[in-house]
Amino acid sequence: MRLRRSAAFGLLVAMLAGLGLLAGLDAARRHSIADARFAAHRALARWVMFTDPALFTDARYTRHPSLADRHSAFQDYPLALEHFPSGTLIVPPAHLAGPAPGSGSRPR
Amino acid sequence: MTAGLRRHLRIVGYVIGSLRRRWRKNAAVVGVYGLVIFTLASVVFLTQSLTQESVASLQSSPEIMVQRLSAGRHGLSPVTDAGALTQIAGVGAVAPRRWAYLTDPATGETLLLRVAEGGRLREHEATAGAEVLRRRGLAVGGTLSLRGDAGEPLALTITGVAATSTPLEAAALITVSETAFRALSGMPDGQAMDLALRVRNRRELPTIAAKIGESHPATRPIIRDDLVRTYTALFNWRSGVIVASLLVPVLAFILFAWDKAAGLSPDERREIGILKAVGWETADVILLKCYEAATVSLAAFVLGAGLAIAVLVLPRPPAVLPVLLGWSTLYPSFRPAPALGAYQVATLFFLTVFPYLVATVVPAWRAGTTDPDLVMRG
Repeated sequence: MRLRRSAAFGLLVAMLAGLGLLAGLDAARRHSIADARFAAHRALARWVMFTDPALFTDARYTRHPSLADRHSAFQDYPLALEHFPSGTLIVPPAHLAGPAPGSGSRPR
Repeated sequence: MTAGLRRHLRIVGYVIGSLRRRWRKNAAVVGVYGLVIFTLASVVFLTQSLTQESVASLQSSPEIMVQRLSAGRHGLSPVTDAGALTQIAGVGAVAPRRWAYLTDPATGETLLLRVAEGGRLREHEATAGAEVLRRRGLAVGGTLSLRGDAGEPLALTITGVAATSTPLEAAALITVSETAFRALSGMPDGQAMDLALRVRNRRELPTIAAKIGESHPATRPIIRDDLVRTYTALFNWRSGVIVASLLVPVLAFILFAWDKAAGLSPDERREIGILKAVGWETADVILLKCYEAATVSLAAFVLGAGLAIAVLVLPRPPAVLPVLLGWSTLYPSFRPAPALGAYQVATLFFLTVFPYLVATVVPAWRAGTTDPDLVMRG
């Protein structure tokens, strides 16, 4: 029997939806078995007193944004423009953007 | 006037009339097409402007800058290190540089403090970039209030406008006396931020940097030419990231343009049929369609590129500027001096106009070879 075009299309959509569902289930399963690994990472992070998840390794201010100051990105020479690739992907933390603490001024 | 030229002029005249008859459709195409070109042109022109800005800011820099490293970070250099570096063959002069960043307590912006050369300024005097003064509503003779290293307020009298070479310098530079510099930065006597080396022969730069690395392991020599290369590569990379993120709307436009250019509406088919019936040849019809596409794409290019150039000089900064600047947004906001290169304009033209022209050739040829009777009957 020849498959109608509409039935073939329906079948394709159902197949893709099934694959999507399987991918979701697989992700949930991997997440549940990774708990032990996460717990070990958390323990290590506590032990070495990590401040940030260190998503990037190129510049120190994007590796540990919470420890960055307003000047750490411009140390090469006076008025250097920030030049690490990760500088585009992670913006300066909010606490660096406003007035200095204790200045008494309103944030811009 | 030759017959060939007259023929072309007549076809162009017809094209203009034809575009005017379907102005709504053509205006929509030019609008969307222009928007895509504007977005890409903004990224390309801003990248060029920022690259030139960074290269210009390095122009007056020394050939090699030597920084001391302490615990893996930039530390202060003892002024006495200069003597040993002068002994290295090829080094012309070594000068300790006193500069520091200062956070403006009111705005949180990063300003640059520099000691005035030749001790021109007295203890409570300062000069500042024109933009620093403008943003604070200060004039020569006014008082600039800063906070010292220990938190104490420090009032400096502005005695002049500092000479600056880039918009960023104009927006962030303050020059002060050595005493005021120490009070503001907390830098101890006998220390400098880095050592500036002048080298006459540029070919010796890598050798001298290697010698410094060997004789002073706790230092970091930075070669100016390497920085120029780094910045060029960086801004190209960042503009590449933005263009990649714009790929979806660009692809959507390509589909839209292809659909508009490749598919002829029934009206257009009838028009071509009539033209052929009244004696137009296939070559004339193809020429007509090519001129139509050229007019639309040129109009969109002029609109998009013109807007992108206008945005470079308008007071409001373009939306993509913070993405290109990265953490440099911590400086006072500045607009890089507009820089347009023929190479950038030509690349943009080739990447945006040329594909549209090519996309119209095949359907124009198909339409031109259609039998007029068949087309008019629909």
